[in-house]
Amino acid sequence: MTLHLAVALTGDSFDAGHWIRQAGLADDAGLDFMTFEDRFGRYGPDAVQVAARVAPLTRHVGLVPVATTTHTEPFHLSTALATLDWVSRGRAGWQVRVSTDPAEAALLGRREPLPAEELLAEAGDAIEVVRRLWDSWEDDAIIRDTATGRYIDRDRVHYIDFEGPHFSVKGPSIVPRPPQGQPVVAALAHGPQVWDRLDADVFFVTPSDAGDAARHVRRIVPEKKVFADLTVGGHVPTDAATFNGTPVQLADLIQNWWTVSGVDGFRLRVTDVADVTGALVPELRRRGLFQPSATPVLRERLGLGPAVNRYQEAGRA
Amino acid sequence: MPKQIILAAHFPGVNNTTVWSDPRAGSQIDFSSFEYLAKTAERGLFDFFFLAEGLRLREQRGLIHDLDVVGRPDTITVLTALAAVTEHLGLAGTLNATYHEPYELARQLATLDHLSGGRAAWNVVTSPGAFFGANFRRGGFLDHADRYVRAAEFIATARTLWDSDGGDVAVGNSQFDIRGRFGVPRSPQGHPVILQAGDSDGGRELAAEHSDAIFSRHHRIDDARRFYRDVKDRLAKYGRTEDSLKIIPGVSYVLGDSDADAQEKAHHIRRLQVSPQTAILLLEQLWNTDLSGYDAEGPLPDIDPVLDEDDTIIKGRAGMYPDRLATARDWRARAEAKNLSIRDLIIEVTGRQNFIGTPARVAELLNEYVQTGACDGFILVPHLTPAGLDDFVDRVVPLLQERGVFRTGYSGTTLRENLGLA
Repeated sequence: MTLHLAVALTGDSFDAGHWIRQAGLADDAGLDFMTFEDRFGRYGPDAVQVAARVAPLTRHVGLVPVATTTHTEPFHLSTALATLDWVSRGRAGWQVRVSTDPAEAALLGRREPLPAEELLAEAGDAIEVVRRLWDSWEDDAIIRDTATGRYIDRDRVHYIDFEGPHFSVKGPSIVPRPPQGQPVVAALAHGPQVWDRLDADVFFVTPSDAGDAARHVRRIVPEKKVFADLTVGGHVPTDAATFNGTPVQLADLIQNWWTVSGVDGFRLRVTDVADVTGALVPELRRRGLFQPSATPVLRERLGLGPAVNRYQEAGRA
Repeated sequence: MPKQIILAAHFPGVNNTTVWSDPRAGSQIDFSSFEYLAKTAERGLFDFFFLAEGLRLREQRGLIHDLDVVGRPDTITVLTALAAVTEHLGLAGTLNATYHEPYELARQLATLDHLSGGRAAWNVVTSPGAFFGANFRRGGFLDHADRYVRAAEFIATARTLWDSDGGDVAVGNSQFDIRGRFGVPRSPQGHPVILQAGDSDGGRELAAEHSDAIFSRHHRIDDARRFYRDVKDRLAKYGRTEDSLKIIPGVSYVLGDSDADAQEKAHHIRRLQVSPQTAILLLEQLWNTDLSGYDAEGPLPDIDPVLDEDDTIIKGRAGMYPDRLATARDWRARAEAKNLSIRDLIIEVTGRQNFIGTPARVAELLNEYVQTGACDGFILVPHLTPAGLDDFVDRVVPLLQERGVFRTGYSGTTLRENLGLA
């Protein structure tokens, strides 16, 4: 059993070459995935597109862009992420984000900001819609049956009929079920209001030390994967613990936290992936703590198991 | 120098032009299919690749339409991925002004323009009606009369954002009220190339005022010339020159070793495009009622079409028949005169193969269109995924180059430059 290793990037570059180099480093080092930070109104490119831009040029690393549920259409989110899964051949994920910032609301101009509590509830609905749309095509819906002239079996394509306080979505998706079935859903979680309520597969938590990490793991249901966030380098305080020191010292810290707490892995917040792949990854490999996965599909690599299609199951029941 | 021809490659879409039953037909969703067609287009030095947008699966008789290709990827995501596997090819997609918001879409298009080095293009469409709206927050209640208002204000708002160079903007108009920092610096093209497809008077006026190119549906040469003249004559009042708006019809073609061989192939493709089941469904789109009891190999119905335009039998597709009764009379007369079955008639009246012949003949015809004021180029719609453009690139492009009417290498770095737009 080895730990999972991911990096979080907050790059603002509009140069495709920058992202190709960063993704290439992560890919070559066998990192499990990389997340791409984003929010409306920031100086920087759309994160889903950055992930799509590097997808055909990478073979291993999972690609997990941040996409906001506040102000956006759940239908577009679902189809964009399903498409990212197609273009990356099963390596897509989604870090869910809500926006409480009035400046972001003003850019969209559609409505006033809602209270945080309501935004989280809306995010929960958005995740539900996105997931239902991913399942709305069964894997074998495309039949190409020349005898009857039918391209699909319409009984294997399903309306999702979601109705909620902020939106209703009829479905089905326009995109056939993506390679992973359900791309990996992740969320940054500072407390139970997120990890107990959002239907994510992976939670990024921000413990202050190894003991705190252990407390986080105990409070989150065991089916979820828990990654501890660490900010690598820098002196500006963030919500995550900041590490300054040598790669060997960072490997010591990761080894200690991992052994004590039972987290599934670490997400290292960096400005350059080389800060992780240069010396830290070889050191973790030397210690037998990290081993690049042989599995190309992100879900399986994280031990999430095959995604059962809710509509297919309902049909058989 | 003779006028240069614009060429674009349309990814085969969700209608019966696309022949999925051919054994050579590949996946409509695997990225490899998109990559293959885009690389073929770039090998042929095409101006751009074109991808339509899906917002809801089509329905007929209240059921999901199952006879044509169904399902496609998200437009902007695939175009951005294609930037990774091409270098010069423009990347154009339809994105609906009703079901997207200006800040988000302008940011995505500017991101695509940055990440592709200046190759982004946007085909602006609007949709009224509740059918698509059932999948979106805003619902479907854009009044028909507001379609072009929304499109015009959407484009103007996007241009304001693009012109901000990432800085602060404030836009207030009848459709939008937005303010804040755009956050995307000026992209290589400044403004991505804007295409427009509307054909009504309002659509033509919108294009004349705001667009760089029109994806037109006029492909008979006399129609095409009238349309071309009509639209180009509208430009002067907006202070625009004729070459600032390119007119590019969507067309299909069939190549053969002789003209007779091409005709035979074309007929075979038409039979594949119009199966007996598809013939009945296409007939229903004019008759606007359930005709599933009719035999496709038998005669046309003797009942009249149903004239209820608020509740049409097909959902998710633009209206095609302004006068159902007149069209039905015409179809019946044709079928009786030539003793055609429903399927034969549908094959004849819904034909979309515009250029049929030897490569030399097709090259000659394409060039005639462009040199005689019928259009500025073509969006080619192949009937096979993903290799449907191979023969055109291998056999027709060299002939156009010999005539001196098509590039032998990319001269510009951006799509705008390659199209000859300022």
